[in-house]
Amino acid sequence: MLEIKDLHVHYGGIHALRGISLNIEDGKIISLVGANGAGKSTTLKAIMSLTQKTCGSVIYDGKDISNEKTKNIVKSGVILTPEGRRVFPDLTVDENIALGAYTRKDKVEIAKDRNWVFELFPRLEERKWQAAGTLSGGEQQMLAVARSLMGRPKLLMMDEPSLGLAPLIVKNIFSIIKEINKAGVNVLLIEQNAKAALEISDYGYVMETGVITISGTGKELLGNDQVRKAYLGE
Amino acid sequence: MKKKTKTICSIVAGLVIAAFIFYVGEEVSSSSMLRTVLQLGTIYALVAVSMNLLNGFTGLFSLGQAGFMAIGAYTYAVLTIPVDKKANVYYLYGIADPLANVELPLWLGLIAAGLLAALLAAIVGAPVLRLKSDYFAIATLGFSEIVRILVGSSPFNRITNGSLGLNNIPGNPSYYTPFIVAAICIAIIVLLLTSSYGRAFKAIREDEIAAEAMGIKLSTHKQMSFIISSFFTGISGALLAMYLGAITSTTFPIMLTYNILLIIVIGGMGSVTGSIIAAFLVTAAKEWWLRFLDQPMMIGDFQVPLLRTGFRMVVFSIILMLVVLFWRRGIMGQKEFSWDGLINFFKRIKNRLWGNSTKKGGALNG
Repeated sequence: MLEIKDLHVHYGGIHALRGISLNIEDGKIISLVGANGAGKSTTLKAIMSLTQKTCGSVIYDGKDISNEKTKNIVKSGVILTPEGRRVFPDLTVDENIALGAYTRKDKVEIAKDRNWVFELFPRLEERKWQAAGTLSGGEQQMLAVARSLMGRPKLLMMDEPSLGLAPLIVKNIFSIIKEINKAGVNVLLIEQNAKAALEISDYGYVMETGVITISGTGKELLGNDQVRKAYLGE
Repeated sequence: MKKKTKTICSIVAGLVIAAFIFYVGEEVSSSSMLRTVLQLGTIYALVAVSMNLLNGFTGLFSLGQAGFMAIGAYTYAVLTIPVDKKANVYYLYGIADPLANVELPLWLGLIAAGLLAALLAAIVGAPVLRLKSDYFAIATLGFSEIVRILVGSSPFNRITNGSLGLNNIPGNPSYYTPFIVAAICIAIIVLLLTSSYGRAFKAIREDEIAAEAMGIKLSTHKQMSFIISSFFTGISGALLAMYLGAITSTTFPIMLTYNILLIIVIGGMGSVTGSIIAAFLVTAAKEWWLRFLDQPMMIGDFQVPLLRTGFRMVVFSIILMLVVLFWRRGIMGQKEFSWDGLINFFKRIKNRLWGNSTKKGGALNG
């Protein structure tokens, strides 16, 4: 459903992405793992047109979206949950969730999705009127995911959803990602926590300094010696 | 409190305020301080709310309000001064030919004032809105000062009457105009803020990156907020011109912007009702309650030191500093007025005063 071909991005003089190609098939969880500075977040930003691409193309549902505006990309169902949660701290949980549906106009469907999201995260419904900044880290991550789901994503791209969370909550987040995927949302997951990410992924890519070095199914990568040495600490 | 009771309370409160304004208009002499404070407070409330739209809700720290008010005031004045009085007003330089026979109805003048301010905001906004926080503040401050100097400068003598300023500005006798115009404008701003655009403005204030990821186009929304805010600032400038009856470029110094900033900081950045309440409080304090600080005072043979013209503003600046240091959220913070909030406030005061006997209740209501 989404295909990236030979994507290059420069930050000033730095060649951050050197020809990335990857393919996301329908109904799958795909993960992109790699060390700090490998260019994982840049890849996501480039897909969303949040950063300038030097060259390369992004094809989504057979349509080239490399030069689309962010707003239209969000509208077409590619949604990013940014790194570090980035909820709107002074707005209430409810307002945060409403903002997730900003590009949508269909009020009835929005109300339905809101109920679905609250079903998925009952914790958030309890705290509807609370300012998002007063939630715990895990709750904020849930809110960030809930907010993204309100855009009715076909492809949800999550940037480091486990960052800075307690192990138990990380587990919870990953099981929710699986649940979201079962509901028919494709997921592109970026993680430093390679093991957890690859365990739930159908397919994975390993990135190193701007290029993809290894790819394979989640199981293959977990069994790959090189990956184990570099990212799984064995 | 039930919703029905709240609605009734709100209607009653609205009627009481309207009756009070009416009473002051009909019964109180036109030179009374109360009248001045009500009219001027209303005008400042409108500027404060539109400044809050930009500074408090969208998070763009602008200091250009005086400039946009000047544009609004001058536009209104130039377009509405009666034709037969124009020769008198422009006795020194004469009036530019295209304007000589222009005399718009007052409401059209008000709208024109807003539109011209909005147009300038659109032109200035395109480059200036790319700047971040402090730089944006400096740029808008500079813009305001440029406007002030330009309207008083000789190349514009035949339009703005240069340093002589404009007088005979119509609308002065009508006491009710500011209230009606400000009420309509503030209602429009409130409608905007409660719409999805308002939510997008707040999202930009909170986190630009996340807002962009939600599909909110930053440049468009910032531009929109800047233009709308300037539109209403322009209208309030026109109201001020209407109220004063005569303006010069010195009517719109940087100090004016600071006064409005003081109002929104005291009222609470991000609260419409806070801005309105603070507008009246600050205007009353400045124009009325603190006046005595500007006059020398004798106690017996002893002259109280420091009290002289301008000392009022010193006290004022100190108040601003104290508010920023110790009471940063202002009167309302980011909340709006609500009856529940008012009841809680009284409960808290009651608990504090009779804290010992009702301590348990206090903790529960906390």
